Amino acid sequence: MKPKKEIKKVVFQSAEEMPTMPMSIGNMLWNKTGSWRNIRPEIRLEDCIQCGICWKFCPDMSIEIEAEWPVVNYDYCKGCGICAEECPAKCILMVEERK
Amino acid sequence: MKKEKKMTLTLPVEELVGSGNLACQGCGANLAMRYVLKALGLRTVLCIPACCWAVIDGAFPHSCMSVPIYHCAFETAASTATGVKAGLEMVGDRETTVVAWAGDGGTFDIGLQALSGAAERNDDILYVCYDNEAYMNTGIQRSSATPTGAWTTTTPVKFPKDRPKKDIDAIMAAHYIPYLATASTSYPEDVVKKTKKAKSIKGTRFLHIYAPCPTGWKSRPEDAVKLGRMVVQNCIFPLYEVEHGEKYTLTMKIKDKKPIDDYLKLQGRFRHLKPEQIKLMQEEVDHNWARLLKKCEAT
Ligand code: SF4
Ligand code: SF4
Repeated sequence: MKPKKEIKKVVFQSAEEMPTMPMSIGNMLWNKTGSWRNIRPEIRLEDCIQCGICWKFCPDMSIEIEAEWPVVNYDYCKGCGICAEECPAKCILMVEERK
Repeated sequence: MKKEKKMTLTLPVEELVGSGNLACQGCGANLAMRYVLKALGLRTVLCIPACCWAVIDGAFPHSCMSVPIYHCAFETAASTATGVKAGLEMVGDRETTVVAWAGDGGTFDIGLQALSGAAERNDDILYVCYDNEAYMNTGIQRSSATPTGAWTTTTPVKFPKDRPKKDIDAIMAAHYIPYLATASTSYPEDVVKKTKKAKSIKGTRFLHIYAPCPTGWKSRPEDAVKLGRMVVQNCIFPLYEVEHGEKYTLTMKIKDKKPIDDYLKLQGRFRHLKPEQIKLMQEEVDHNWARLLKKCEAT
């Protein structure tokens, strides 16, 4: 995996700081969408067949491949449950989030 | 961990859509963008009118994307893309793919005139319509892509939509554009393949991508991928390509065609339907499917 991008929210203190053209300066990584979640996916790697299907269908790019294994990025996973539904080995469990 | 093997990834690994975006849980539009950009790569410019993606991307000065986006007015996706393409050519850039990326409202209804103009001129743009079958971004209003019988906030349960979904692909085929294809987010390899093919062609190319919307369809977010698969298997949304408006090719052959009931049952927007209405809808689907098969055979 590539090095992660910088996580920084751009805030302007005054009108002078604003760019003259409306252009994007920062990315959205400061927006930790993981807080939207009320169920979380947990991967039981013992049963995983490394098919990559969870990675393929995650709409939020929250399943990362680390050393050939899927890992959930809980900072951004919105808890939609698609990965658990689509996993052919049924090794992803959706468990209730405890705050 | 018992075994160590290489993971088999069937898609390009590069992610050009970033996490932290504002899409709902289980958003099909997000998947569509992810797959299309995987196929197009970094040398891409997007022109996005008002649609879900105008929001998903994030608020100024942030953007979750790794490629530039030009936010344009609702009706102008295709004409903006034409302009961006002409501008790039003026400065000598012939490589960059210019994409107009609009929802079904911005394609079927509001942007149709600009799209038709661009297609008639055969401007060198890729027009992608991600179809979630209503104006979802503004609160689920009926569009001309909404299927018969569906609930939306402007077609309430007592008066569900009584007209069929507009056949935008036939309209685009009637412009004799070099390439048009339908795709579903539940078949990502197919989306990537068609996008790559579209990228290699010059002229107006049209991709119609079916993008499930759990929020607007009142379905469970985890069913989003399943719904996108069912809709192809029961032939409501067949996958095919049309070249030069004439050569129809089915890209996914359906061996045993499923009834539409299971698909309807998973979505709250069809919950009010009575068996006789479902029967009528099934007849409509069968009719359209037979007509498409005939077109494919004729070429
Ligand atoms: S629950 Fe949804 S967002 Fe979270 S990792 Fe699975 S597919 Fe991705
Ligand atoms: S879908 Fe399931 S089996 Fe396949 S890689 Fe993901 S966790 Fe492993």
